[in-house]
Amino acid sequence: MANNNVLSARGIGKTVRSGDSDLIILRDIDLAVTPGDVVAVVGASGSGKSTLLAILAGLDTPSAGSVTLEGSDLFSLDEDQRAELRGRSVGFVFQSFQLLPSLTALENVMLPLELAANPEAEASAKAMLARVGLSERLQHYPKHLSGGEQQRVALARAFVVRPRLLFADEPTGSLDPESGAAVIELLFEMNREFGTTLILVTHDEQLAARCQRVVRLAAGRIAP
Amino acid sequence: MKQGWRMLGLSTRMLARDWRAGELRVLAFALVIAVASVTSVAFFADRVGQVLVRDAAQLLGADLVLASDRPWHGEVKQHIEAHGLQQAEAVNFISMAFAAERNQLAGVKAVTPSYPLRGRLRIAPAPAAPDAPAEGGPARGTVWLDEQLVSGLKAPVGSTIRLGRAELRVAAVLTLEPERNANFFNIAPRLLMHAADVPATGLVQTGSRVWYYLYAAGPPERIKAFEGFMQSRLERGQRMEDLETGRPRVRESIDRAERFLGLTALLAAVLAGVAIALGTRRFVERHLDGCAVMRCLGATQRRLVALFGLEFLLLALGACALGVLAGYIAQQAIGVALSEVLRATLPAPTLLPALQGFLVGVVLLLGFALPPLLQLKNVPAVRVMRRETGFSPRAWVSYAAGAAAFGGLLVWQAGDLKLGGYVVGGFAVAVLVFFGVAWAVLKLLTRPAVVARLGRRLRYGLANLRRHARGNAVQVAALALGLTAVLLLTFTRNDLIEAWRRSAPADAPNRFLVGVQPDQLSSVQAFFKEKQIAVPELYPMIRGRLVAVNGRPVSEADYEEERAKRLVEREFNLSYLSEPPAHNEIVAGRWFEPGGRELSVEQGIAERLGWKLGDELTWTVGGERFSARVTSLRKLRWDSMKVNFFVIAPPAVLEGMPTSFVSAFRIEPGSEPVLSELAARFPNVTIVDVAAAVRQAQQVIDQLVSAVQFIFLFALGAGLLVLYSALVATEDERRREAAVMRVYGASRAQVTGAQRVEFLAMGAIAGLLATLGAALIGQLLAQRVFDLDLPPSPQLWIAGPLAGIALLSLNAWLSARKVLRASPALTLRDAL
Repeated sequence: MANNNVLSARGIGKTVRSGDSDLIILRDIDLAVTPGDVVAVVGASGSGKSTLLAILAGLDTPSAGSVTLEGSDLFSLDEDQRAELRGRSVGFVFQSFQLLPSLTALENVMLPLELAANPEAEASAKAMLARVGLSERLQHYPKHLSGGEQQRVALARAFVVRPRLLFADEPTGSLDPESGAAVIELLFEMNREFGTTLILVTHDEQLAARCQRVVRLAAGRIAP
Repeated sequence: MKQGWRMLGLSTRMLARDWRAGELRVLAFALVIAVASVTSVAFFADRVGQVLVRDAAQLLGADLVLASDRPWHGEVKQHIEAHGLQQAEAVNFISMAFAAERNQLAGVKAVTPSYPLRGRLRIAPAPAAPDAPAEGGPARGTVWLDEQLVSGLKAPVGSTIRLGRAELRVAAVLTLEPERNANFFNIAPRLLMHAADVPATGLVQTGSRVWYYLYAAGPPERIKAFEGFMQSRLERGQRMEDLETGRPRVRESIDRAERFLGLTALLAAVLAGVAIALGTRRFVERHLDGCAVMRCLGATQRRLVALFGLEFLLLALGACALGVLAGYIAQQAIGVALSEVLRATLPAPTLLPALQGFLVGVVLLLGFALPPLLQLKNVPAVRVMRRETGFSPRAWVSYAAGAAAFGGLLVWQAGDLKLGGYVVGGFAVAVLVFFGVAWAVLKLLTRPAVVARLGRRLRYGLANLRRHARGNAVQVAALALGLTAVLLLTFTRNDLIEAWRRSAPADAPNRFLVGVQPDQLSSVQAFFKEKQIAVPELYPMIRGRLVAVNGRPVSEADYEEERAKRLVEREFNLSYLSEPPAHNEIVAGRWFEPGGRELSVEQGIAERLGWKLGDELTWTVGGERFSARVTSLRKLRWDSMKVNFFVIAPPAVLEGMPTSFVSAFRIEPGSEPVLSELAARFPNVTIVDVAAAVRQAQQVIDQLVSAVQFIFLFALGAGLLVLYSALVATEDERRREAAVMRVYGASRAQVTGAQRVEFLAMGAIAGLLATLGAALIGQLLAQRVFDLDLPPSPQLWIAGPLAGIALLSLNAWLSARKVLRASPALTLRDAL
């Protein structure tokens, strides 16, 4: 049933103007994600998977089509309303971690709670950092953490708001295989633990194979 | 409400975090300097202003003062009486005062017993002893000396001094005098005496410059009536002041000093503004990613604006508080530096300047910082995934908004659109010129043809120069501005003082002899012969007033310029000679023909008052009137310390009019006792110690300079901050480049070498620009303000460029250490 979906996308297209010609990045994408789903979006470099993720998360706007997230039509909302919706229901994990360099690990995890004016920010953040095994690293700055540790801080930041939906963009892309594997284990574990719906962009077929569903993108279309 | 507190809490935490990360320090320092420099002057002005208000009632010593350069007719005094007003009189002149072993120039004021009509004189039994109000003025046969004169003459209370022919007993130390208090910048210390003792001194004679005062006090309507009555009866050289008109006159000199200080303070604030603009830009660039992440995490645009706005407001308030504190301390120092000149106890300042400081700080920070912060909210959230969906804040918006906010502040501070405009304009022109020259030179240096010639070793450095041309030009301009201020303060200032000192020849006369009467001429000459001192030439001097030019009556209203007004209103010292003085040079026209009714005038005054060859000038001397034509213009050197006259006539024109004689002569150190003898023999003659007068003037100037220096320190600090923030602005990029170079196998030496070339070139250009700027301003000051020849200073030309190179080399070293300390991998990872 469509209204059971956490997320549904209809006829998504994205075209950008490049010099004199139009460059089509995505065309006619339909996608429905139900609660608890774990979806992998795979494809070669330049297939448009990151653009799709950005549009699904409401970070970017499509040239055509609509996205419904948690019952709200994303693109009938303005950018601020989308931001509020993200703050309420969505978590992110990025390839390049995107931790704020001037904040400690603890402060980075507290940030989304503080933005939501949550009075328990510090306690929750500490608990979540303990969950990802970084209790000893609370006061460390990102530049003093290894890549794997940074991504674990990012996981803690993503899960600390208990999002219904988590977007992960190549979460292991900047990591060596070993720490990458560890981060993925943690991601899946926490995803199960918190019952989050997960949409994961990757070009790693092995990783994709571990997801319930795989959406394959090629030249901007969903491959059959 | 709760939400608001939470927001404030988060902003406070953000402030603490950004502070910890060192992102806000330059901003904060710049703000502290700007606020401190503006408030220090404001506090000081506030205290001086309070003195003026506090003493307004007794400022004049009366409700109405009539001043004249010749004695008042008895009928004016009768009119005062007829209007039912109280009255008092005073006579003011400068004269030598002698004690047992010393003598000093004194500002003599002789008063009638009823003086002052308003306010009280205050006296003390000894210097630094507690004082008390006095009833009236000094008794007959006694004088009151101010502290400076007591110590200068070594004449304590109870001792006897000599003034002209009269012996007078020192009866008290004068601590407060109404008019004196208002007259802040005074050089000759005060001697107060009884008016009835003046004739006994024999000092008021032909040729003495004496001011005669009449004071009146009474009910306002009678004062008004008398004022109206007198208005049309005032003659040239006479003026009338009441509380209203008197105050602006008093304020004039203070206003000028305040304005000068204020403008210097503004200069510091302008520089700080530039540092703030640069600092905010860096802050915004470094927070683009953070903002994108926060957008992802659900922060709305309004939220971001509120958060950063609050953060900056908190920063502004903190920095302003510190700045106000620093300003308060600095103004105390200014007060101490100027205490000798001011001669008034200043009350504690009010809180208003502090408020003003806060306003300046908040406007400055928000003016420069809000526009880029507002752009921060527009950072697209998708930047977290694709950096190239970049967005770069438009720098000009912030600079334009900041400049506009600042312009407003400036006009408010300067209280004058034109003046504020000059400062902003002058500053803008300097920045543009410095920037333009730096940019052009950098471009030129990095032309392929030049690079090829300079060889491979320099290639990377020069390539850097080219790539960063615009950023580097900003740095060079900032450095040049800061350095100009330093060079002006150190080298140029000393050069000016030196030039002034040198301009007087070693054997220049060091004493002036004023007021020799015709019947004393031969005995004065005999005295010199007897003492085996070269008999100085004695020049006749006649006091005359200019009444008409080419038959058209002249008054001060005909002139715009302040100095011209004063010149034309005062009596001129005219002289008559048949041969031109040896130290004068005729630059136009020709010397007198025998029997002609001609005048030779000084070139500068002719220019100032608009006299040309052939103009007929009409003068009155005593009651007599005469006219003569200008037939020559003379150039003369005032700093030769010889006797000079603006206007000279042939003897036939002036002989027979009331004349006294003046002369300049040299006394070698050690022969001073001769002077006491000379003074004793001719008590009516005033001997002016040129060196002492110069020293006194020098002291006053030194004090003013030291006060200004304080403010200049702020300007200097702000200049250094600009420099620092300009350097920091390109640091990230440099670090990244160095990392890439090292990844591709460049040695540490190559990386530092490349940077060294770049910084060396920049330092040299900045140093040269600053030297040029300082030399130019020095020449302008020398020629326009001080009328001096300032020879080019080799030290300046060596020190300026060297200072530029040294400063940037230091920076190159620091920056290289930073760049090389981090491993390339770490640097590049940070940059991702």
